[in-house]
Amino acid sequence: MKILVAIKQVPERDAQLSISSDARWIEEDGLNYGINEPDAYALEEALQLREQHGGEVIALCAGPDRVTSTLREALAKGADRAIHLASDTLGTLDTVALAHVLAEAIRTESPDLILTGLQSDDLGLGQTGVVLAELLGLPHSTLVLHVEKTATGIRVKRELEDGWFQHIDLPLPAVLTIQSGGNKLRYATLMGIKKAKTKETRAVEAATPATPATVELMRVFLPEKQKQTQMLTGSPAEIAAQLVEKLRSEVRVL
Amino acid sequence: MSTVLIVTEQKYDAQKNAALSRISLEALAAGQALAASIGAECAAAVLGDSSAASELTSKALSRVYVLENPLLKQYTPDAYNKALEQLIRATSPAWVLFPHTYQVRDFAPALAARFGQSLISDVIAIRSGPTFIRQLFQGKLNAEYRRTSSDSTPGFVSVQAGSFRVEDLQPGAATIEAFPVELAPGDIHTTPGEPFRESAQTVDLAAAPIIVSVGRGIREQENMPLVEALAQALGAELAGSRPVCDAGWLPIERQVGSSGHTVAPRLYLAVGISGAIQHLVGMKGSKTVIAINKDENAPIFEVADYGVAGDLFEIVPELTKAINSAKS
Repeated sequence: MKILVAIKQVPERDAQLSISSDARWIEEDGLNYGINEPDAYALEEALQLREQHGGEVIALCAGPDRVTSTLREALAKGADRAIHLASDTLGTLDTVALAHVLAEAIRTESPDLILTGLQSDDLGLGQTGVVLAELLGLPHSTLVLHVEKTATGIRVKRELEDGWFQHIDLPLPAVLTIQSGGNKLRYATLMGIKKAKTKETRAVEAATPATPATVELMRVFLPEKQKQTQMLTGSPAEIAAQLVEKLRSEVRVL
Repeated sequence: MSTVLIVTEQKYDAQKNAALSRISLEALAAGQALAASIGAECAAAVLGDSSAASELTSKALSRVYVLENPLLKQYTPDAYNKALEQLIRATSPAWVLFPHTYQVRDFAPALAARFGQSLISDVIAIRSGPTFIRQLFQGKLNAEYRRTSSDSTPGFVSVQAGSFRVEDLQPGAATIEAFPVELAPGDIHTTPGEPFRESAQTVDLAAAPIIVSVGRGIREQENMPLVEALAQALGAELAGSRPVCDAGWLPIERQVGSSGHTVAPRLYLAVGISGAIQHLVGMKGSKTVIAINKDENAPIFEVADYGVAGDLFEIVPELTKAINSAKS
């Protein structure tokens, strides 16, 4: 099976974020970046499928030069080769325009299976995989925890709400968005890191999207508080004493 | 007059009776507010099971479209998109609104793309313009979005659970209109199975009066006894955020959030939980929320009554000790 995993590089989860001076995005200087976590699960599922059935895993990432570090990490974990869709201006595109750019790159590879995380940790729109399927004319499923090969294609275990699940049968080629938690993520081994240096990362200039953006992110701002939070301060022991007082007199659980 | 079309979704009870989901009613309220702000009227669409349509006739809607085809009985993204595409082309709404559910996430982005549009997903507020507020970075920041294309193509929006109030729904009298859909079995490329549950539930978080909930801030499985001791001291059920359950540190049945349980205890004590929207929707009905987190800007503090911005590894043991000595 030829599996392409579309991954995104995002600021690390515990990064201290500040709004950029034009209030259109965040201040990017000095941020550490890493793989979008749901995409790490998509990569893991792809690597496990290859280990069971053979084939090839290709990591695809769009963005400026810094994203090559995330591609190197994917190669170190076991991806066979990488494609860097190089562009400094992807941030200005909307979902559909970006998916057009990705779809163009994916078409040249004709993979059997395209995996991506169900959403990104930064924008969180949760749409790229589904729109890719639409543009590529392929069947899709979302919130997938596990993929199994069948005689006619694949069977996936999909997460529904409230603790329910469902199996879906799909023919190949297909697009899946992967939910986190289906597998345990592997770490790159020393050997993997060494081997990654010998693997191919092909840089492709991202196509200019034919369609203009239909939605625009106008402004980023800090969320308003929904509740008046009383912040407790002091030494750990003082804070504990204040909390016990609240638990006793106001919450009345002690 | 232009129209805001709200695509509703049903929930099924144990006897397989269909009813509109609460979030569908919230989406209706959002749709009515959007329609009022742009001088439009509202219509609703029902797919799958027409019995849910009668619930809508008492709402302020110009029409309730019941999309009819036997192939819509069981949800597939192909059938839903083909059916809704036909309804949208036939009725040309200005906006199409969805509840932001797992099912909507599965088809609506593709439906919007079919009209060359990007869905503005997971919206928490609608302002005049209209502009749409949604969260970035797991709730750490908010963003305001607008449509840039002003042609006759509809705009597509999905709204987050708990962001619009069912109490704001305007009553009225709506007529049901059957909308026959052309669909062939060959249009559907995926084969869904029956929904199932993994294992019998051994804990009922929804009924727990006190919950101690732990997040990624606990760092490692070997630190879990810290929060276990706190839960025990409080006589609380222990719960967790998605990452903690994904890592296997807690069983998945103890997960709170949109992919786990919705809880409303007297006390929700969140330890090392930053408060991504997926988590907040599962616990914001709690009577009192206490949050302990090292990041003073964590979104959990937006819904907390009492907050401690500090190191849980210092504070939790002290708190457990203090509770135990207060009890004795």
